[in-house]
Amino acid sequence: MPELVLLKHCQESPSLTIDDYIKVGGYQTLRKALFEMKAEQVTEEVKKSGLRGRGGAGFPTGMKWGFIPKNLDKPRYLVVNADESEPGTCKDRVIIERVPHLLMEGIAIASYAIGAHCAYLYIRGEYYEQALILERTIHEAYRHSYLGKNILGSGFNLDVYLHRGAGAYICGEETALLESLEGKKGWPRLKPPFPAVYGLYGCPTVINNVETLASVPPIIEKGADWFAALGTPKNGGTRLYAVSGHVNRPGTYELPMGIPLREIIFNYAGGMKDNKAVKAVIPGGTSCPVLSSDEIDVKMDFDSVAAIGSMLGSGGVVVMNEDTCMVKVLLRIARFYAHESCGQCTPCREGTTWLRKILQRIHDGNGHQQDLEVLMDVAYNMMGTTICPLSDAAAMPVRSFIQKFRKEFEYHVYEKACDVGLVRA
Amino acid sequence: MPTLTINQQTIAVPDGTTIIQAAEQLGIEIPRYCYHPGLSIAGSCRMCLVEVEKMSKLQPACNTRVTDGMVVSTRSDKVRKAVSGVLEFLLINHPLDCPVCDQAGECFLQEYYMKFGLYDSRMDEDKIKRHKAEPIGPHVILDTERCILCSRCVRFVREISKSNEIGILNRGSRSEIRLLAGKALDNPYSANVVDICPVGALLDRDFRFQCRVWYLDQTPSICPGCSRGCNITLHVNQVRPHHADGRRVIRLKPRFNAEVNQWWMCDEGRYGSRFIDDPSRLIQPSVKTGGGFTEVSWAGALQLAAEKLGQALKIDKDSILVLPSAQLTNEDLFLIRRFLGVDLGITQIDFRVPDGQPKSEDDFLIRADKNPNTEGARAIVADPGSFDFQRYLESKPDSELSLLYVFEQDLVAKMGEAEAHGLLDRAAFVIYQGSNANSTSRLADLILPASTYAETEGTFTNFEGKVQRIHQAVEPLGDARWNWKIVQDLACILGRPYSYTDAESVFAELTHWVVEFEGLDYEKIGGSGVGLPNLTRTQVDNS
Repeated sequence: MPELVLLKHCQESPSLTIDDYIKVGGYQTLRKALFEMKAEQVTEEVKKSGLRGRGGAGFPTGMKWGFIPKNLDKPRYLVVNADESEPGTCKDRVIIERVPHLLMEGIAIASYAIGAHCAYLYIRGEYYEQALILERTIHEAYRHSYLGKNILGSGFNLDVYLHRGAGAYICGEETALLESLEGKKGWPRLKPPFPAVYGLYGCPTVINNVETLASVPPIIEKGADWFAALGTPKNGGTRLYAVSGHVNRPGTYELPMGIPLREIIFNYAGGMKDNKAVKAVIPGGTSCPVLSSDEIDVKMDFDSVAAIGSMLGSGGVVVMNEDTCMVKVLLRIARFYAHESCGQCTPCREGTTWLRKILQRIHDGNGHQQDLEVLMDVAYNMMGTTICPLSDAAAMPVRSFIQKFRKEFEYHVYEKACDVGLVRA
Repeated sequence: MPTLTINQQTIAVPDGTTIIQAAEQLGIEIPRYCYHPGLSIAGSCRMCLVEVEKMSKLQPACNTRVTDGMVVSTRSDKVRKAVSGVLEFLLINHPLDCPVCDQAGECFLQEYYMKFGLYDSRMDEDKIKRHKAEPIGPHVILDTERCILCSRCVRFVREISKSNEIGILNRGSRSEIRLLAGKALDNPYSANVVDICPVGALLDRDFRFQCRVWYLDQTPSICPGCSRGCNITLHVNQVRPHHADGRRVIRLKPRFNAEVNQWWMCDEGRYGSRFIDDPSRLIQPSVKTGGGFTEVSWAGALQLAAEKLGQALKIDKDSILVLPSAQLTNEDLFLIRRFLGVDLGITQIDFRVPDGQPKSEDDFLIRADKNPNTEGARAIVADPGSFDFQRYLESKPDSELSLLYVFEQDLVAKMGEAEAHGLLDRAAFVIYQGSNANSTSRLADLILPASTYAETEGTFTNFEGKVQRIHQAVEPLGDARWNWKIVQDLACILGRPYSYTDAESVFAELTHWVVEFEGLDYEKIGGSGVGLPNLTRTQVDNS
């Protein structure tokens, strides 16, 4: 079993209480950061560790912190993105449920590093139980002086607020999240300006994913080199892979960056159910281009997955066996993005619905000869032409599904039926 | 000053300039829907995508600031494909309403399809059905099917009118412009959303189905509705006279002037132009006979006016009261001053008729002074210390008048019935010179029908002392004549043969007589006006 970093102290049942967490050395790293390190040193350490944003884009975390302007006379904010909504992803949820104080410690250290005295935790509305856990966690941390005024006597102040979203996927996009947090409609902002300069309430803001922040205390505790060595070059640490689909043991697994996808499926997730063959795997949430069965030896780090034309994304691994109808899967995905497009940019607003309608028609046996070309081209026109990546997220699956499983789509169009095993159109 | 290259053309622009602005300076058209120079940047329509060297993605020209050495292409294959793709996205659910849509002919979906689209449709799905033809306020009607969600109107009510009546509700392809709960689009500037709507989603209820836009001629002018002097364009239909109940001036649109009104105008001004083609227009000189009026020729009318004027002068020039109006142009006022004041020596001339009616104003464009030329009138007919009509009313409430000559204003409405009737009754003979019948003209003995601002050339001086030109869009209705021309004709009969041939020649003379206007000419005034060079008076009162 590889070394656990995030879930090291994770118990089987109720979430780690503050007493349990303190027993295993919890918040000692915060103490170390506050008393033994300068803020810049913390950032430097995170930079060296190769920690990359776990929300999906994989942007180097330390570099992001470094973008906060040094001499701007405005408050700075840390915003924690717990709006985990990418289909196939349930990793932040595990962190919140099992090691909430690890997250809280990460929030405190990160706030110290960027000089924020106020942090907002934005959690998706559907995570109700998890919101309760976080409320309790915040409360406990305040009581023990890990949050609030003059933390541990260091002179550093930090207030943490929990904000529940109202159920929009788009609010996981960092600038839509900021808008939502400000009480506005969740529309991604036009960039520039970037949040590091003009973020929440127009102030310098860092937005980090839950898993990213939970990785910070171990880095500060054991050092950047140790963390970097866990993964592959430029991809430090471990990752939570949420494996779902046709495997024997679906679940969330903490494994090193760069572990081969095949190992995740066969060594940890218990292999394929009923010993069926792998047909396709979505490596990092549904917005990532799909991988075919001959691509599953890819190393699961940001750069390796990108090298074969997909994305590590949020680490939501969706495994599909030989009986899966790819038209139906793609239709499900297209429906999701059509439902969740915020409607701000033309290509996404119109394109996502157009894609859905064509796919629905093909699925229903009313496909036309030119449909696949139209799908490919509409998806192409949606890529790289909008304010935020949702349009790309909707377009990439369409292009990759059709490219890699074209025969199946053609069968639907020409024969008005599905030619795969059990899952009928 | 960063220098950039767009389509191989190079230009240096000030810091902070965006690509779309730089392209405009070069005369390169970058298509846009959401971008409007008077509103914040939305960057959401994605029509203005351009290719910038060293940037992997296409960039929105509206939000991308120029950097030194930037190389931009607006015509590369990648840009063409993206722009035509965006247009296709906008049109897949757009209804085929063009034959019945007022916007046709000035619609940017049509315009850009011809320039940047020209693809064959490949949309096989049913179009999305939405709300159509909903009145959302007194002046505006909304068709959400035609809407492309550029959000210009939403930003207008947020940023300019600050009234927040509408917003984009719902998400994705279910997004729609809607009135917010309990609201109506009834702010004083509501119809501007029609002007800035690039498609036929927001239409003017007043103009709706009245005339196709390609029948309209455009003439630049100045709104006479208040002392702001908003720059406007008169849209005139002379090609299809049977349309719009025969209205010639069929709609007004604001015209950009950075210093006066930017891109906007108020609804009051926009819909205040009906009088031009109203049945109340005075179109024939008339003389009061018994209980009514008898139409007479201009020769007869002017002869009568000259006679009465001559008689009154013989009695006492101080028994003559002349009330010109700040609705008149500088040119009109100058001839009134020159002939009646200087040449005939009449001293009782004042344009300041006390007005008891409450006037609306705000901190944006609308001024309480509803006259376009108060500053001009002040400079031309009211020297400091000269005759003050208000004081005259107070100090000589019973003095008899041999002649009262009123220009373009309704004394009854302004002063109140009792006081106005008192004044008119004291006058042995009343001449009314104006464009429309009103309670004062009905009490006159002689009516001289005059042109409106849409029918004449001339200049107005706004409350800040900016002199701006108006242009003749249509012929004076019926037998109506230009105000200054009527005065000149009258002067001729009384032995003062002035030889002004047009408004410009009157203005040229005016600049020699009135110190405030010294050195000005029509060329200097140009299309956007010029401040009075010698405006010495301290800040003018607003009333």
